Amino acid sequence: MPVIELKNLKKTYGALTVIEDLNLTMADGEFVVLVGPSGCGKSTTLRMIAGLETNTDGQILVDGKDVSALEPKERDIAMVFQDYALYPHMNVAKNMSFALRLARYKKAEINKRVTEVAAMLDLTDYLDRMPGELSGGQRQRVAMGRALVRDASIFLFDEPLSNLDAKLRGQMRAELALLSQRIEKNIIYVTHDQIEAMTLGDRIVVMKAGEIMQQGTPEELYRTPANKFVAGFIGSPTMNFLDGTLATQAGRMVVQGESYAIPLPETYSQHLAGSDGQPVTLGVRPSSFEETDSDTALPMKIILSEYIGSQSVVICEFGGQRVSIEVNSAAPVKIGETRTFAVKEAEIHLFDPDTGASLLPASKL
Amino acid sequence: MNRTLANRLTPYMFLAPAAVILLVALIYPLGYVVYASFLNWNPSQRIGQAEFVGLRNYINLFSDESFRESFFVTIRFSVIVVSLEMFIGVGLAFLLDRNIRGMSALRTLFILPMMISPIVVGLMWRYMYHPTVGVFNRTLKALGFESMPWLLDGDWAFASIIIADVWQWVPFIFILSLAALQTLPQSVMEAARIDGASGWQSILYIKLPLMMPVLIITFLLRLIDSFKVLEVILVLTNGGPGLSTEVMALRISRTATEFRELGVAAAMSNILLLLLLMLTLAMFFYNKITEKRALRQKSEAAEEM
Ligand SMILES: Nc1ncnc2c1ncn2[C@@H]1O[C@H](COP(=O)(O)OP(=O)(O)O)[C@@H](O)[C@H]1O
Ligand SMILES: [Mg+2]
Repeated sequence: MPVIELKNLKKTYGALTVIEDLNLTMADGEFVVLVGPSGCGKSTTLRMIAGLETNTDGQILVDGKDVSALEPKERDIAMVFQDYALYPHMNVAKNMSFALRLARYKKAEINKRVTEVAAMLDLTDYLDRMPGELSGGQRQRVAMGRALVRDASIFLFDEPLSNLDAKLRGQMRAELALLSQRIEKNIIYVTHDQIEAMTLGDRIVVMKAGEIMQQGTPEELYRTPANKFVAGFIGSPTMNFLDGTLATQAGRMVVQGESYAIPLPETYSQHLAGSDGQPVTLGVRPSSFEETDSDTALPMKIILSEYIGSQSVVICEFGGQRVSIEVNSAAPVKIGETRTFAVKEAEIHLFDPDTGASLLPASKL
Repeated sequence: MNRTLANRLTPYMFLAPAAVILLVALIYPLGYVVYASFLNWNPSQRIGQAEFVGLRNYINLFSDESFRESFFVTIRFSVIVVSLEMFIGVGLAFLLDRNIRGMSALRTLFILPMMISPIVVGLMWRYMYHPTVGVFNRTLKALGFESMPWLLDGDWAFASIIIADVWQWVPFIFILSLAALQTLPQSVMEAARIDGASGWQSILYIKLPLMMPVLIITFLLRLIDSFKVLEVILVLTNGGPGLSTEVMALRISRTATEFRELGVAAAMSNILLLLLLMLTLAMFFYNKITEKRALRQKSEAAEEM
């Protein structure tokens, strides 16, 4: 399986620059997820790799060879589209074998491959159905089957699950994860859903407005987001952001807000010593609060509670802002009451309020 | 009158005016023509004065050499022009289905012939086909070729009316096939590209099959229309030389005006009508079948959910 490199990739549509200068290396056999809000250029990037769009500038290297001028069929790729793009006038078997028939494979070989893939995807009973006679989930599997039959070395997925309902999406996500372990191909997967990205990807590339904001394993992105955008995008429920300034209290660095002072852990305080008065954005995940009676705890007035299951997300009013906190559902909360929570020091994130960049020392990023 | 009955009748009351109009505007003239075809009717007579001859007009038509000739001229003309028009129209649609600058202006230009009145089209082509001053023969001469007997020889005249008709009606097929082409799902075509289909292969295996429902309807519409062609040929050749270009509509018109046999003309009209009715029914059933199939596919998919 090849290494795919994007070098200084650029794409413009007329005056509109969608992608300015993208650099990305995808290792052999890796499952890479491009994630970002809608319109950030994920599909465009994927379609340039596929050869469906020409890149305005830069290179797409597959094992060191620039493929940007090649037709899609010369690139050894298979692709699954968001709307599945099945051929409506061909039955499932014909859909899956179209590429093989074009490439003039022997009938026996075609049958063998289609049968194999159909069995793998539970489609054996549907081989002579037309796409119009299939449910959404089945169509999705046919689209995947059509890609698998090709036995290409690079698989491209453009939001393949976004047209399915929530339950089916969860199922297909798990099936896809299993499948990707079995087929050991390079997979590039585009989604706007961070949960899909986190659960599927070996590596996640977070994009915004045509730029890569950060890339890394799901855990890296969750634990050490490089900027406020990634911090807010990855993780559910989303991170709380509070504005404050740096200050020193009783020999410790704290973030001083209107009605609170939150002490910073060592990693930050050494690194930021002497920056008193610098404005910062404090990032705290809803799961990073713990209820305590200690005197540093912050009083929070509960205004709403969202029951999810074993956990509940309570939305509190605190210093004129709203903060969401994840609590154990076993301990009942009452709307209107005030509880005291402390922030787990080790899970604090700090960002520059202007650039959004993380203030974590570079060695920790 | 009880309430439920009144309720049941309401829709019919609303339908009544439309039904009356339909009756007056469609059924009455139709009945008139059918009745007239049983008469030996001269235009100087009122319809009441005409002699009733039963099926004689129809029986005579079957042994009428000229009518049979015009019947086959029509069939030959229709089959040739519609095939040519489909081929060229669909081909043009494939050629011009791309987003380059000025394409929308070009597309508008292409449909101009369709907007010109057939009489004018006929006149225009007649001048162009003119043996001495026509643009075709002048061009041929300028290039050092012999001039052609465009409208003067039977076979040439037949070819000439075909050219004029193709010129006028290719745009119709072009527009409809272009519309069909542009509503095809983009991602399906992209999937075909990724699957390795060349331009030709994606036309042959993906685009044409997906356009087929529109193409079949277009084909039948055009076929029905071509059976009724009159004005252009009337102006260009008036059926000549001999009977070489005398299509049925022209024969009917001449029977009524020149030969003053309204009954016979009506009988011919009815035969033409029957032919068109069969084509229309074919179209109707084709629609029905495709609709049913779509419905069945939907319901089967729904069951699976
Ligand atoms: N063919 C096109 N012409 C002009 N603009 C386009 C075209 N395709 C995409 N864009 C623009 O490029 C941007 C990125 O699109 P896309 O890559 O589809 O985003 P997404 O991340 O949602 O997949 C969007 O602003 C979109 O409007
Ligand atoms: Mg997209």
